[in-house]
Amino acid sequence: MSLYYLQKILYDINRDPQMQNAYSQNIEHFLEQYVLTDEERKALATPDIGLLYVLGVNGQILMHFAAYHQIEWDDYLQRMRDGIAEYGPVRAGVYAMTGNGLNFADATENNSD
Amino acid sequence: MSLVYAGICSHGPGITARADRADPVLRDEFYRNFDLMRKDIVNAGADALIIIAAEHFANFFMNNMPAFCVGMAEEYEGPIEDPEWLKIARTKVPGNSDLSGRIIREMMQTVDVAFSEEWKFDHGISVPLNFLTPDYDLPIIPMNINCQGPPLTPLHRAWEFGEAIRRACDAVSEKIAIVGTGGISHWPATPDSGKINVEWDTKFLARFARNDKQGMLSYSDEETYADAGQGGYEIRTLIATASAARGSKANIHFFEPIPVFATSAFCASFEL
Repeated sequence: MSLYYLQKILYDINRDPQMQNAYSQNIEHFLEQYVLTDEERKALATPDIGLLYVLGVNGQILMHFAAYHQIEWDDYLQRMRDGIAEYGPVRAGVYAMTGNGLNFADATENNSD
Repeated sequence: MSLVYAGICSHGPGITARADRADPVLRDEFYRNFDLMRKDIVNAGADALIIIAAEHFANFFMNNMPAFCVGMAEEYEGPIEDPEWLKIARTKVPGNSDLSGRIIREMMQTVDVAFSEEWKFDHGISVPLNFLTPDYDLPIIPMNINCQGPPLTPLHRAWEFGEAIRRACDAVSEKIAIVGTGGISHWPATPDSGKINVEWDTKFLARFARNDKQGMLSYSDEETYADAGQGGYEIRTLIATASAARGSKANIHFFEPIPVFATSAFCASFEL
């Protein structure tokens, strides 16, 4: 429906254990109460971190959602890169990838060895 | 009584979550400087700690986003993040609603602050507290500046917010410490995480250290986004702290880019 409501759902899940329970117990049922596009619904239900990023979800919201799903840090970063490769550039919001997909953390860890 | 301590530090979640992946020499020296900040706050005899944060959608959303908010609760809790992920246990944190109320009333004379009697901390506050008040035995007064959801709080308003904090601190009988916590250049939680503009950071911290108001307020959001990423918007917390220090100069105790922390790691404090 809109980036605003997509992010609002994630905001609510991120901060409220009751929302987390409702989401985890029956995702499809949980999402029925919201007006979402099929793409947004799929991104939330999968969860498809890359698609959520491309749809414009703020990383500070998405990072917490990924942590809730126990997605490891490097995997989280890679899923966003994969999302851009699959779905194209970020479509809305405050973010745009500026580093051509480079993994800055790994580069420096190697330098520090 | 007055302001007895003012300092700043970084707060990236990687500081605790990915501690085992950082260069151990840099990480341990950074942690040692956090502990020196803790001791300085204790030695200053602080009765309460104001933490000026740039929270990340733990409490405030675009349905009702305050430019400024001050906590007024007897108790807070955090972190909201999965504790196993952040590697900080979820806990209650003491507040002081009476002291918050007196500070808010004074601040409201010049700045339209929102207030909140409930507040869940995210890494932006929980990471600094993990080092600065590890026993959670010092009352916290959380303050927030909108650095995340545009339209953002203008930099010159962050300065005026800091002036109001200082005036409020001077008006209460308690000894108050302030810690501002935000990033300098960084691109957190995005595929560019780990990218750091050391030159930009160095220049900003030099302006900060000499409490150069004009220099710190000279950045447009467009320039900050281009050169320092969306994380650079968080300089508002550092600017407010410098303003609260009212012309004092700061010492930069630690400053090192640590990309796996997704930010330059820094600790600094003012010669009040």
